[in-house]
Amino acid sequence: MIGDIFFSLSVRSVRLHFLRSLLAALGIVIGVVAISSMGILGTNMTLSITASLSENANELSVNPVSGTGGGGGMFGSQQSESDDDQCIDRDQVRDIRRIAIQDTVIPIYSESGETITIGDEETRCTIYGLKPEDVVAGIKISEGSYLKGSSGAIVGSELQERYSLHIGSRIKIGDPDEGTPHIVRVVGFAEEKGMSMALNPDNAIIVDAKLFVDWYGGEYEYDQVLIIVSDINTVTETGDAIEEQLNRKEETVSVRDSSGMLENVTSSLSTMTSFVTAIGAISLLVAATSIFNVMMMSVTERIKEIGILRSIGTKKREILKMILYEASILGLVGSIIGGIMSFVGGYLICMIMLSDTTYFWMPASLVNIANGVVVGIAICIFSGMYPAWRAANLDPIEALRSN
Amino acid sequence: MEKNPVIRLERVKKVYPLASGDVVALDSVSLSIMPGEFIAIMGPSGSGKSTLLNQIGCLDTPTSGDLWISGINIRHLSDNELTDLRRDKIGYIFQNFHLIPLLTAYENVEYPFLLQNHQHDKSGHISTLLSSVGIDIYLAEHRPSELSGGQQQRVAIARALVNNPPILLCDEPTGNLDSKTGLQIMEMLQSLNEQGRTIIMVTHDSAIAGYADRIIVIRDGRIVS
Repeated sequence: MIGDIFFSLSVRSVRLHFLRSLLAALGIVIGVVAISSMGILGTNMTLSITASLSENANELSVNPVSGTGGGGGMFGSQQSESDDDQCIDRDQVRDIRRIAIQDTVIPIYSESGETITIGDEETRCTIYGLKPEDVVAGIKISEGSYLKGSSGAIVGSELQERYSLHIGSRIKIGDPDEGTPHIVRVVGFAEEKGMSMALNPDNAIIVDAKLFVDWYGGEYEYDQVLIIVSDINTVTETGDAIEEQLNRKEETVSVRDSSGMLENVTSSLSTMTSFVTAIGAISLLVAATSIFNVMMMSVTERIKEIGILRSIGTKKREILKMILYEASILGLVGSIIGGIMSFVGGYLICMIMLSDTTYFWMPASLVNIANGVVVGIAICIFSGMYPAWRAANLDPIEALRSN
Repeated sequence: MEKNPVIRLERVKKVYPLASGDVVALDSVSLSIMPGEFIAIMGPSGSGKSTLLNQIGCLDTPTSGDLWISGINIRHLSDNELTDLRRDKIGYIFQNFHLIPLLTAYENVEYPFLLQNHQHDKSGHISTLLSSVGIDIYLAEHRPSELSGGQQQRVAIARALVNNPPILLCDEPTGNLDSKTGLQIMEMLQSLNEQGRTIIMVTHDSAIAGYADRIIVIRDGRIVS
């Protein structure tokens, strides 16, 4: 009950200096929104990528090692595509099949950044060449059928959406300035796959391996091999066995699974999120300075009042409590408004930047709002500590004499 | 049976250390005040009147010497113990009223009551008290800034009395009031003294000092008469 009067005094002080208090709280609102929204965005990106990679956790990607030593790309396919001289030959594929006897082995030809023409529009995408039976094993079809006919092609979901393609659409592959382009007919559309170790059909066209070799040459010179492991518990074991066998004499291939890739991606995202959140935290620090300033002004203006309170029997800790209540009110109001705005803002950011709000509702994402609110309140209380201590330790006689 | 003094000072000295040299505000002051006495402290500005009142009011502690309030030696009390003593044993009435501007008249009176009792007044004690000093329910809901000087001083008196302290300390209680209102306030204080309260009042005004049973004159930190 005694707490009521100190809380009441704090509320009245805030109301008396409403504009000043509002501006101080606004700083906290901005700070909370900044750190919460950045946290939500980072978490949603991480969750989205983790989920996407986890779906392909049973995949292994075997890539030729670049002789130039300039590897280190995040995605296995990039390394092989960066050096056309490097490939996985027929014997290596045979060795892989022998080791991964229980698993599905899909040798892949690929050509990235190839010019294609859809109607009058030109764009670039990856062209994959796979045997028709491997397409069935490695690609899920959302519409149409698997490869059939000599010029049939399966098109990825991104291309389908962007260019409103339909079954039977014709696509020209190859730069018209460098010769007659090859024409393919869409027979099916691949399901959206997201991030993948080796075969990512979303922004790609998949054609028969024979057709691919006809266009680009290099028969049995595969750009990568995808292994879909039947028992997920043997992924590491299979990968190690392939590396051991194929790199016996010299290092010719590298084998990657999704865990390494996931680690790289989440680590990069975590660093990026921390950096952006730290920038957001600067605004919270500015807000903390503002709260400190407001509280110091409040204490200075209320010196005489504090002197009266002390002279009629108010203890130091009660004065401390009263000032901290005031800082807490600013923090609580600012942080709660900031939390509500973070909820709305975070949702909009996910919708605009990630085009996906599925992960926004997950506890790991929403906890960023709670964290932001708690940090906002804690910073306000921290900012109010020195002013409160100063108020509590005022000499009552001096305080009563002040003007 | 002989009564014990409610306030006793034994060679109380108060020194303020300043860069330009120590200032002796009270110099070995010894004084006994019996329960129910009405004391007026007079003296020129800077003589040590307010310092003496602050010592008795437990707002400050002596540099040396001993000071007993209701039999308690305050010299070695902690800040919390001094605060409790101020809350329970002493009522303060200031020249500038010193009401809390954020609270209404009623809340100003209720505030020390809450500090002591940790609950709101349910017995009507505060309303009765306000009524006894001439503040009606309507005025009690006003903030100090909405009241006249005389009304504010009445509220201040009610606040000083709310915890029923045995000692009332008044620092120029009529200093900011017109003579008619000042007279009313003094009659109120006299009435409280007649009810048995010990009143110690600092004043420059000899007419006001005339209400007291005993006048103490202080000069250069020493009691001269």
